[in-house]
Amino acid sequence: MKNALENRIDEFQDRVIANRNMADLALNIPGWGMDADPENDPTYPMKHYNGADHQRLNYEKAPQQPLDMEVFHSIERPGVTRVFGTSTPPAGLSGAIRRYAYKYSEATATHWMTLILADRVDVIQGKINDLKHGVIPNPWKERGWRAEWKYNRSAFLGRAATTALLITAGVLWFKRRSLNKQLLERR
Amino acid sequence: MNFRGPFQIRADRNRPEPEIKHPMDAIVRVTRSLVCGSDLHLYHGLVPDTRVGMTFGHEFTGVVEAVGSEVKKLKVGDHVLVPFNIACGSCPHCKQELFGNCHEANSEATAVGGFFGYAHTGGGYDGGQAEYVRVPYADVSPTIIPEGMDLENAVLLTDVVPTGYQAAEQAGIQKGDTVVVFGAGPVGLLAARFAWFFGAGRVIVIDELDYRLEFARKFAFAEAYNFREMKDPVVFLKKTTDYFGADVCIDAVGCDATGSTLQNITGKELLLQAGNATAFHWAVNAVKKGGIVSIIGVYGPPWNLVPLGSIMNKGITIRGNQASVKRLLPKLIDHIMSGRINPKEIITHRLPLEEVSDAYRMFSKKLDYMIKPVLIPPRANV
Ligand SMILES: NC(=O)c1ccc[n+]([C@@H]2O[C@H](COP(=O)([O-])OP(=O)(O)OC[C@H]3O[C@@H](n4cnc5c(N)ncnc54)[C@H](O)[C@@H]3O)[C@@H](O)[C@H]2O)c1
Ligand SMILES: [Zn+2]
Ligand SMILES: [Zn+2]
Repeated sequence: MKNALENRIDEFQDRVIANRNMADLALNIPGWGMDADPENDPTYPMKHYNGADHQRLNYEKAPQQPLDMEVFHSIERPGVTRVFGTSTPPAGLSGAIRRYAYKYSEATATHWMTLILADRVDVIQGKINDLKHGVIPNPWKERGWRAEWKYNRSAFLGRAATTALLITAGVLWFKRRSLNKQLLERR
Repeated sequence: MNFRGPFQIRADRNRPEPEIKHPMDAIVRVTRSLVCGSDLHLYHGLVPDTRVGMTFGHEFTGVVEAVGSEVKKLKVGDHVLVPFNIACGSCPHCKQELFGNCHEANSEATAVGGFFGYAHTGGGYDGGQAEYVRVPYADVSPTIIPEGMDLENAVLLTDVVPTGYQAAEQAGIQKGDTVVVFGAGPVGLLAARFAWFFGAGRVIVIDELDYRLEFARKFAFAEAYNFREMKDPVVFLKKTTDYFGADVCIDAVGCDATGSTLQNITGKELLLQAGNATAFHWAVNAVKKGGIVSIIGVYGPPWNLVPLGSIMNKGITIRGNQASVKRLLPKLIDHIMSGRINPKEIITHRLPLEEVSDAYRMFSKKLDYMIKPVLIPPRANV
């Protein structure tokens, strides 16, 4: 939807409109402000209300960190923040999927589910990258099986035995199937 | 550390050293680093945009090794505790002490503040389970460790101590209140202990791990019960509160809860909701009408199955937030230095950083009676 309403409004008008209303409209609205109660603030003491909420355009901003890499920003904000993290820029297929996800707001399932998909693709990309650099992932260490062996041996052995059993059963099943197939073909 | 995918963490010596990227940055050499329940959500693959190759870790202390041109307060050589929130100090949220909700620290998600080592959903910063870290806005949150403070208490001040405190604070506890805390992890234990600081009359802790419940009785002076021994924890809690419900419930569990098959399948297997919201569900049901539920456990950004109808019908007030560490530091430093609380009692394991993969596995599976593990980098004492 190219001409969606959100693409057709002016930015940064909220305070302009509110101030205009307070200077004009509010004077003609019976009871304006009569029941305002500063004590009615469920955010206390987490937030120390001082009106800064309403000075959100001209606050003192840090210099902009140079944007020398690809950084996504939520479409719910006008651009990147003054500083940003530089860990793991988007790359490859997972990067392309993430780029797509960031076209959608944080209010959408598409945004988050697509990111989760990208995360799973990234794991495979990571394995390929490892192999390219001659690193062979070591599940014994990386998955902490060493700790399981040390502190949770019976459960660990149980799980290992179940896995082995499932694999054996699977292999047997496939063997039988191919044997059946061979027998059928011979007939 | 180097994240390689869910349940896969590599202790990796060949990581690039961080550089100053912004004039307000500092580089810190890590002296102590903790693994947190929040890291487990990353480890379990529940947080969207957690990229392979990231370094986690948002609870650390360190020595300043370098500072950017606009850093005025912090000096090379200072030994600091670094709050987990990255905060600019000058946006409207920071100005009102909501340092966990800074507007200039996280490009990727407006619903989340900026955090060290917490996926791109937390701003894409590498974290402190490392030897060196880049610390943005270095003059705002990092705080020189007070003289005479134990290093382990200092590192606990970067997250779980303020988090536990805020859990109790935002619960609006009044003198004499019955407070129920779900979760006897580090956060729940501290929330239960701090509930007394606000004048609680009764503190009840609920978990499924007996060793943690036992610890809650000693450390938090709480009544502690195992929900595995209950058919219905809500009925138990109603009955023990004169069938009115608790005055206040604190959810210190978050999205990695257990205790409901439906929530487990939809939240942790199918990812149709942001993890398992059982603790919150119990909290809403077990609190009295007009009561307060404090959410300090972390949930993912999309959505959860929650009993909205009861929240409205019972007139429940819900308060939640990321802890605003910097706001709470002066008060908590005083509580520790005056000996009212010694948080380091919750530390059960001290491991070299090289064993980070084991630390995650053990914390995730609650092996060897783990409550809180500290990682010690090889260059911690240079
Ligand atoms: N808001 C913040 O600023 C902030 C900061 C730090 C941590 N956290 C969050 O606080 C939560 C707890 O952190 P932690 O370090 O104590 O983690 P933890 O994993 O050590 O503790 C969680 C505990 O909850 C128990 N539990 C699971 N399901 C339960 C249920 N249905 N009812 C009661 N107990 C249940 C577990 O057995 C475990 O002991 C996490 O979600 C973490 O992300 C929030
Ligand atoms: Zn934490
Ligand atoms: Zn800010």
